[in-house]
Amino acid sequence: MRAIHTIHGGIHPPERKALSQPGKLQPLALPPSLVLPLNQHLGGPARPVINVGESVLGGQVLAEASGVMSVPVHAPTSGTVRAIERRPIAHASGLEDICIELETDGQDQWVAFEGIPHWRDCEPAILAEQVRNAGIAGMGGAGFPTAVKLTPGPQRPIELLLINGTECEPYITADDTLMQRYADQLIEGTTILAHILGADSILIGIEDNKPEAIACVQAAVDQIDAPIEVASFPTKYPSGGEKQVIEILTGMQVPSGGIPADIGIVCLNPGTAVAVQQAIIEGKPLTHRIVTLTGEALSQPCNTLACLGTPIAHLLRAVGWAPEGQQRVIHGGPMMGFAVSNLDAPVTKITNCLLAPTESELPLPEEPQPCIRCGHCAEACPASLLPQQLYWYARAKDQEQLAAHRLFDCIECGACAYVCPSHIPLVQYYRAAKGQIRDSEQERKRSDNSRARFEAREQRLEEEAAAREAKRAARKAAAQQQAESDGVDPVQAAIERAKAKKAQQDAAP
Amino acid sequence: MVGWLATEPLFAALAALLLLGSVFGALLGYAAIRFRVEGNPISEQINALLPQTQCGQCGYPGCRPYSEAIAEGDAINKCPPGGEETIQALADLLDVEPQPLDAEHGVEKEPVVAWIREAECIGCTKCIQACPVDAILGAAKVMHTVIADECTGCDLCLEPCPVDCIDLIPRKQGIGFWHWPLPEDRLRPIEVIATDAATRTAA
Repeated sequence: MRAIHTIHGGIHPPERKALSQPGKLQPLALPPSLVLPLNQHLGGPARPVINVGESVLGGQVLAEASGVMSVPVHAPTSGTVRAIERRPIAHASGLEDICIELETDGQDQWVAFEGIPHWRDCEPAILAEQVRNAGIAGMGGAGFPTAVKLTPGPQRPIELLLINGTECEPYITADDTLMQRYADQLIEGTTILAHILGADSILIGIEDNKPEAIACVQAAVDQIDAPIEVASFPTKYPSGGEKQVIEILTGMQVPSGGIPADIGIVCLNPGTAVAVQQAIIEGKPLTHRIVTLTGEALSQPCNTLACLGTPIAHLLRAVGWAPEGQQRVIHGGPMMGFAVSNLDAPVTKITNCLLAPTESELPLPEEPQPCIRCGHCAEACPASLLPQQLYWYARAKDQEQLAAHRLFDCIECGACAYVCPSHIPLVQYYRAAKGQIRDSEQERKRSDNSRARFEAREQRLEEEAAAREAKRAARKAAAQQQAESDGVDPVQAAIERAKAKKAQQDAAP
Repeated sequence: MVGWLATEPLFAALAALLLLGSVFGALLGYAAIRFRVEGNPISEQINALLPQTQCGQCGYPGCRPYSEAIAEGDAINKCPPGGEETIQALADLLDVEPQPLDAEHGVEKEPVVAWIREAECIGCTKCIQACPVDAILGAAKVMHTVIADECTGCDLCLEPCPVDCIDLIPRKQGIGFWHWPLPEDRLRPIEVIATDAATRTAA
């Protein structure tokens, strides 16, 4: 039995997970058209490789990765490419981004896939490449390209592969459902991942509010007698944060500003492990994902296996959505999610939950009151930060102090804002401050570059001027020398020539 | 001599002070020459804070001359591309009061980059000569183009262009540049004590 550690702070919001009936997958109709953003992951957007009007099959590459920090986008079904243009996407900004619109033909014809069934004999680098080609990016919410995580480099040997089945945020049951329904694939995928990473031990961590998932995963492990440990731990928000779950299960802390690989751990979402299993065994790219559709504004909340690119409105209407006057739809969970401004926005690789709450269920945030320095936020912070100090410094835009108070260790879990008696939107202050700091860093880099270029140009111009001057001096010296050797003054000679020419001109007419 | 000093403590003290003074004076004089700082270190630090657009809106031919002028006591609020943020940083560095941006030199605008409408470019190379950071690529009688990543948006290339084919377009476009804004300050002014509110309603 593994020793379970505890993290600082944390909160216990109402879980409300039973609403979406974890464990069941509701089949829903395919929408008439899919909208696939080119950037569904963290990093550079994919590059389209198809043209408008082209017919494509399911699983065909629509856009290829544009670099190391990028993954391709595949067609989730067969159809015709209708447009490549800016469309509303699910993003906190409400801005549009480049998407591929695919009109589905209902035939659902697929390309033939080629897997690597004998993956045990295969080089990890080749398997990692296969993972990238399958378009897999972390499915827990951040969308970090998985292939990058799978190649931490020789200076970071990996000992432990941790599958993070915590799913601590209220309402969301997508991972719970996945672990119940795809336990066998999860175990096989996890084994493949451990092989790629060269990790000796494998641990699957699940919060104790998901007994069915724990039972299913344990049964799958026992069935093939895999060297995998399944650990459960007490429910608390936000135990599912990467750094938090590592501390709970190993007692080790990821260093500030570091990544888990620095202490020999790689942490992945169970959805990612299942996607890797399908990519390696069957060669099937990531085209679908489990999405929790929940909230009291839906008459049949459920989990469904949705095509990537399905418009949010299509999914909500299919499960009996009765929108209220001021209906909010939240992408992600109630703690870390954001309200979607346009419901034509599609489901992407990071959409784990769509929450349509009634106003009484999840009231709008109250008017913020002045901070009374009660300190509840510091007690709730799972990263042991001082949220109150960060709040004052974020308001004052004091970047030095924000860095000194470790703003970038904030995981934006929202525990501080949840306990704040003054209803201050603390997390938004931190997000804004982080954005400003990143902006100023970029501007500083830009201005350093401009300074170097400006100075290089000044120097070049000076050198050119000096070279011209030197040439002129050399010419003058040469002319003088000529004059001395010929005994003729060049200036006088030129005047004579001009005079002669003028006389000739005067004589001519 | 030593014997005489021993009998005259007042002169002994004076002599000792004189000796120490000349030794340390010589040491300081040597150090001042040996560890001499080239240029003005303050103007270097100021230059590091300026945005390096090299636009000349401050009235000086580039950021370095302006930084030297500030070091000599010129106002810190003449840089529109740097805006409030630069003024604040300069005020912190020089320990002076931040002033609002001097509108005479321009107003703070969104960062921009130059964009050449390539169909209209006649290849005169005038903009290339004007660019302070060598961000325009091209040669005589062939089309020019701007290296957007290097362009500072100083607009010095606009004026020399004989066919007016250069636009300034916003640099920070699209979702990649977005970040959360600070929440609107909706806090009501804090009543320090209850009677503050009473006096305000009375007045």
